[in-house]
Amino acid sequence: MEVSWALVANAVIAGLLLGGFYAAMSVGISISFGMLDVVNIAHPAFIILGSYIAYIVNDRFGFDPIVVAVAVSPLFFLLGMVLYRIYYVCFERRGQESLRGLAFFFGILFITEVALVLIFGVDYRMVSTRYGDVTWRAGGVDFPMRLVVPFLVSMVMVIGVQLFLTRTFFGRAVLAVAQDQLALRLMGVNPVRVKELAFALSIATAGVAGAFLIVIQPVQPAIGREFIGLVFAVCVLGGMGSILGTLLGAFVLGLAESFTSTFFGPSWAPAVSFGLLLATLAFRPSGILGR
Amino acid sequence: MAAAKGAVMAEALLEVRGVTKRFGGFTALDGVDFLVRPGERVGLIGPNGSGKSTLVNCIAGTLRNEEGSIRFEGEEIRGHAAHRRIRLGLARSFQIPKPFASMTVLDNLCVPLLYAARGHEKLAPGRIVEEAMRILGQVGLAGRARAMSGGLTQVDMRKLELARAMAAKPKLLISDEAMAGLSASEVDDVLALLYGLKEQGVAVIMIEHVMRAVMKFSERIAVLVAGRKIADGDPQSVVGNAEVVRAYLGE
Amino acid sequence: MSNKIFAVVTLTVAIALAAVTQLIPNEYFFSAAYTVLLFVILATAWNILGGYTGYVNFGSAAFFAIGAYTTVFVYNAFKAPLPVGIVAGTLVAGLAGLGLGYLTLRLRGVFFAIASLALAVVLYIFIVNWDYVGGARGAYVIQPREIPFGLPRYIHLIYAVQLVMAAIALVVARTIERSTLGRGLAAIRDDELAAECSGVPTLKLKIFSTMVSCALMGMAGTTFPYYLSYIEPSSAFSLSYAVNSIAMPLIGGMMSWMGPLIGAVLLGSVQQLVQVTVSSAWNLLIVGVLLVLFVTLAPNGIMGWVDAWRRRKGP
Repeated sequence: MEVSWALVANAVIAGLLLGGFYAAMSVGISISFGMLDVVNIAHPAFIILGSYIAYIVNDRFGFDPIVVAVAVSPLFFLLGMVLYRIYYVCFERRGQESLRGLAFFFGILFITEVALVLIFGVDYRMVSTRYGDVTWRAGGVDFPMRLVVPFLVSMVMVIGVQLFLTRTFFGRAVLAVAQDQLALRLMGVNPVRVKELAFALSIATAGVAGAFLIVIQPVQPAIGREFIGLVFAVCVLGGMGSILGTLLGAFVLGLAESFTSTFFGPSWAPAVSFGLLLATLAFRPSGILGR
Repeated sequence: MAAAKGAVMAEALLEVRGVTKRFGGFTALDGVDFLVRPGERVGLIGPNGSGKSTLVNCIAGTLRNEEGSIRFEGEEIRGHAAHRRIRLGLARSFQIPKPFASMTVLDNLCVPLLYAARGHEKLAPGRIVEEAMRILGQVGLAGRARAMSGGLTQVDMRKLELARAMAAKPKLLISDEAMAGLSASEVDDVLALLYGLKEQGVAVIMIEHVMRAVMKFSERIAVLVAGRKIADGDPQSVVGNAEVVRAYLGE
Repeated sequence: MSNKIFAVVTLTVAIALAAVTQLIPNEYFFSAAYTVLLFVILATAWNILGGYTGYVNFGSAAFFAIGAYTTVFVYNAFKAPLPVGIVAGTLVAGLAGLGLGYLTLRLRGVFFAIASLALAVVLYIFIVNWDYVGGARGAYVIQPREIPFGLPRYIHLIYAVQLVMAAIALVVARTIERSTLGRGLAAIRDDELAAECSGVPTLKLKIFSTMVSCALMGMAGTTFPYYLSYIEPSSAFSLSYAVNSIAMPLIGGMMSWMGPLIGAVLLGSVQQLVQVTVSSAWNLLIVGVLLVLFVTLAPNGIMGWVDAWRRRKGP
């Protein structure tokens, strides 16, 4: 195949745009796994759930999926609170999180996927947006709006989360709970409550990211499982629990996948994320930035 | 001290030299030297955060020190995995007890008897339970042998921790704050237990904040402050050392 | 009961059952029983690493598929008969488990779990693109015309083979459970750091446990291509294997060899019934819900209830 400047440039742009979106998908894991040490492998299930909710409303009423997702995010927030309560009472409090907590989240992931199959079937679903077919061109390089718009909103969301964590009292309580729960208690803050709300936030970001996903590509229930590797890869690459690290890891992954897709074909893309995850765990478990 | 080092080194059971451990930018241990002779009773004290637990973890093998050497019976053990070290005879108890919760008290002891003790003291398979009961008798837990280890009282859990370390048939046992939060009589119980080890010729490093116990038990006391050893000698002189007093009471 | 006696008894029972049940007139029995036995092996195998050692493997489907596709491979390459396929499939799956374990068991259990899931996804992509074993179109395996022991149809034979393999899996699990190795694994499961500091060579034992577990899961898959004479990736990598291999030991009880057996027989039979009355998607949903219900409300499973009841009755 001819390797032209345009081909490479397009791969880079697509990789960066996707990377921004991957950061939005993974920021929740940075919180739940990186900071709270909760292994929520059901995270992609909530992303897909968000995709389908955006699809239903878009299909029925024609509203923009991203607007829908933001409007519906409080529901995801509540769902996250309930889920964390169950997790805490049944597993974390009893020290059973490594085996049974993991099985629990797997069960949630599984139930979500099968329920979606029962309701919607296995066909791919997509949304129609005003900008979905628009592509800007600049110097031989394509900027498809279906990637650009989610990229921009993803950046807003990720930076928003970072600002929330570093500038607000509650956000800093979340950062603190990751390090020293006893100190928090002594300050009169209930660490369980903090974790509950932080976890709820992570689920809310997943729901919103789901809308971004379905703008970018068609969705079917099983693709959630393929994203597990991706979100954990981004989190580990970025050094666990650092939002900036997540951003960096997401861009690296986006670029790697984009180049693999361009030069080896798109079917190998899921292998890239898992492969990078395994390689990082094997050789540099503290991530790119390293702690 | 330095003058006698030549003769002392030959018979040192544990020899820690220049051990440095860093966590990112934070230096937890800075060039620590530490010596334990066979059968010796050494106390290790220091304010919270001074690096005592880090030192224990580096000696036991659950952490790797960046610099320095750790020799046990003359053999360099710095690269050894923790399970190898205990097989050589270097046992430790955990500050917060970590029982094998799905097993009975008796079965808890069978694990080190089967895995650690076998390393240097061959036990016939049929004798394992007998030996476990004997050790439980020594620590006063014989009556709780069939109880589930997860439901024990605090002091019984501490005893189980020590019993498990003893079941490894160690030459050196590190007792990590086994008396924290215990009542006076419970402290005496644990102290008696540790004295029993002396009878068997087991060297003990006692890490404690309960000063009465440390003073009573130790032949020698080492003091760690901010990752450095600032004193090492007989209990009376260490306790009278101005720098030690300052470290504990603050400037 | 000593290990040797248990082995002899179990294998004898298995062979006797295999012979006696041949008289059952309902043909459907054999394919239903085959599937339930498949799950007995899978659940028992999973529990060696899961319940005994405390490490969750999400990639059961991958090792099952390795067993199945190795059989296909040796059939295509050497026209090898079933026994060769079984041995080869078990070995290759065991090696794959060794590889996975060696790469990831130095890390926290959660990374092993994710890596096992990754393996399933990547292997699936790999198989779909590998034409020698049929790729996405699938591969055919011709059942030999001459069936040993004079059995009427081939399904009767692989059902019997599966019975014997289930017996083998149970014997292996029980032997491990009661051995010194089993105590070491239990210590790792209860508190890995304390186990390491009690002299247990945790990495070695974990890798061994993974290897045995994955080998047995591969063994479960080796007869699969012969079941329908045909195999294709989406059925070999079916989600049903991943969820059932976790749900069955959990529901039956993860602490002993009896738990996965009970869970597989109960849950497997229920699923066979549900599948003919309702769709397979509903079937999977029920399994998923049962998994979540049991793990939150009855984490020690049915065997846990039995133990609690026994303890309440007094010594």
